[in-house]
Amino acid sequence: MLKLESRPAPSKLMSVASPVLALAITVVLGVILFMLLGKDPLRGLQVFFIEPVKSGYALSELALKATPLLLIALGLSLCFRSNVWNIGAEGQYIIGAIAAGGVAMMADKDTSRAIVLAILAAGVLGGMAWAGIVAFLRDKANANEILVSLMLVYVAEMVLSYLVYGPWKDPAGYNFPQTISFLDPTKIPRLVTGWRVNIGAVIALLAVAAFWLFLFRVYAGFQLQVGGLAPMAARYAGFSSRRALWMAMLGSGGMAGLAGALEAAGPLGQLTPHVPAGYGFAAIIVAFVGRLHPVGVVFSAILMSMFYIGGELAQSRLGLPKSLTGVFQGLLLFTLLACDTLIYYRLRWQSAPRGHAVAPAVAKGA
Amino acid sequence: MEQLALLIAATLNAGTVLAFAALGLLINERAGIVNLGAEGIMLVAAIAGFATCAHTGNDWLSFAAGMGAGALLALVFGWLVIWLNTNQYASGLALALFGAGFSAFVGISYTQAKLPERVHYQIAGLADIPFIGPALFKQHPMVYLAIALTVGLAWFFNRSRAGLVLRAVGESPDSAHALGYPVRRIRLLAVVVGGALCGLSGAYISVIYTPLWVEGMVAGKGWIALALTTFATWRPARVLLGAYLFGGVTMLQFHLQGEGVEVSSQLLTMLPYLATIVVLVLISRNATWIRVNMPASLGKPFFPGS
Repeated sequence: MLKLESRPAPSKLMSVASPVLALAITVVLGVILFMLLGKDPLRGLQVFFIEPVKSGYALSELALKATPLLLIALGLSLCFRSNVWNIGAEGQYIIGAIAAGGVAMMADKDTSRAIVLAILAAGVLGGMAWAGIVAFLRDKANANEILVSLMLVYVAEMVLSYLVYGPWKDPAGYNFPQTISFLDPTKIPRLVTGWRVNIGAVIALLAVAAFWLFLFRVYAGFQLQVGGLAPMAARYAGFSSRRALWMAMLGSGGMAGLAGALEAAGPLGQLTPHVPAGYGFAAIIVAFVGRLHPVGVVFSAILMSMFYIGGELAQSRLGLPKSLTGVFQGLLLFTLLACDTLIYYRLRWQSAPRGHAVAPAVAKGA
Repeated sequence: MEQLALLIAATLNAGTVLAFAALGLLINERAGIVNLGAEGIMLVAAIAGFATCAHTGNDWLSFAAGMGAGALLALVFGWLVIWLNTNQYASGLALALFGAGFSAFVGISYTQAKLPERVHYQIAGLADIPFIGPALFKQHPMVYLAIALTVGLAWFFNRSRAGLVLRAVGESPDSAHALGYPVRRIRLLAVVVGGALCGLSGAYISVIYTPLWVEGMVAGKGWIALALTTFATWRPARVLLGAYLFGGVTMLQFHLQGEGVEVSSQLLTMLPYLATIVVLVLISRNATWIRVNMPASLGKPFFPGS
């Protein structure tokens, strides 16, 4: 019989191998799913893993999709490391897009290109404000941040809907729920002409470096992580859990808001009810699959971006619903969590049950 | 008066949706497990129930399908968090995200489907009483079942030995383990039963409450149900009251829209979500009160023998 036996120390190898193993299992499940649906599994694999990287343009699209996921997931990694469960990044992203859109609509043809900076700043502040509500209610009223941040996603969707159906509706838009198309000076500068990837990708990579420095080289980042791993130890050491809460919420809210601004003034170019694309939720998976590590998150954001593009291609090429993306994303997180067990335990073939497994309680979190 | 009777009837109906899910989550949490996947379970159960009803036209088979789907998903979740000791929050989120994607994927061919003609239930005799009849006695049997389940659960937790054991497992799994109770099996059973009830709620939504299938149609009711357990400080009767309160807020929104009140529909749609936040804030402010009532080992992993 297969038995789980605790390892004397968490396996370094497995903590890196586990996401790879999880991906492999997800791919196997995907192949089985394709066969059940009567589709060619090889064609499916090609659509998900080859087509998104086969040309320069495809890579540009991949990077474009990966940018918001990477930005949001960086912020969420900060949160989850400090044991703050912000799962309302989708709402912070929407409000960021709204704030950015508000600034973008002030522009006219002669506005300076510098307005892009104001647009991005508005997005960051919008996201921070939305996340700040959660931090405030958690701090002052002990209200569960999971539920509050999530409820605010629905509220944010309604705020967006109110604006695009109401005061911000384009008078020349044939009554469609959408704002005017933002004018050229507000457009996020692109990196290569002809490709849609923009400076957002560069900002995201700079953010990776900044988060890496903060988490592993700055004392405040260390404090934040201790607060998440061992709240009691943090308290004895005099680290403030309140400060960690605010820092994590505002940090992740700002990142989500920035992602919203880059999307609104980037590929979208206007606000519609379709601004929320689920990036805020997908980024939760990106953060976990990336081991809550800034560099790991880069890889998982690219992977998740492949899932998005693969889902769209599966719709047009194979006639499968786009929601296939969501199925694979959910499966990946599930299998990852299961595979993570192997970091703390090893599988042993055992004839009779004996002994008890003892796991490191702290390392697994609450 | 007639309007008010209809509003009461609609409130009870809307509350029933939340009641089954919240009572299910209450069972989970009393056993020490937080299942953030409720929304995903409800979505999968909603499409399972809807599909079954579209093919068979039988409400009860549809409910059974929803419960089966819910129990199955909860079994996977329970195996992960109880046997593999994965993080309960992360695993619940995984379930919520998977359920959203999976239900949308499976449900795509049902978005245009219509259910066969619904049966209108009423309790003979009582339904004819003016005002009280239309308000209380023209409901689907599930509405009364929710009340019966609440009473049953209150009895179970407070008066029965099995209920005591379940609570012990949630309060202090180590002590329960030392007393020789199979903590992990009891927890898994609680999770599966809780999942089945969330599934029942999901199927009720797509088969009776809004008889259609739309992607994401549970619209946060799973999360509101989670908030309800805190709101109720983990007591069945208060869960039911809370469910009706939220049902009332939801119905008030439709009612005001129907009356043509000069408020934007978006603001009205926000109401249940805003109400959830306000209620959470009001209840949680008294941290001691929450701490005293909350199952002491809620959300904490249990390692037998450590």
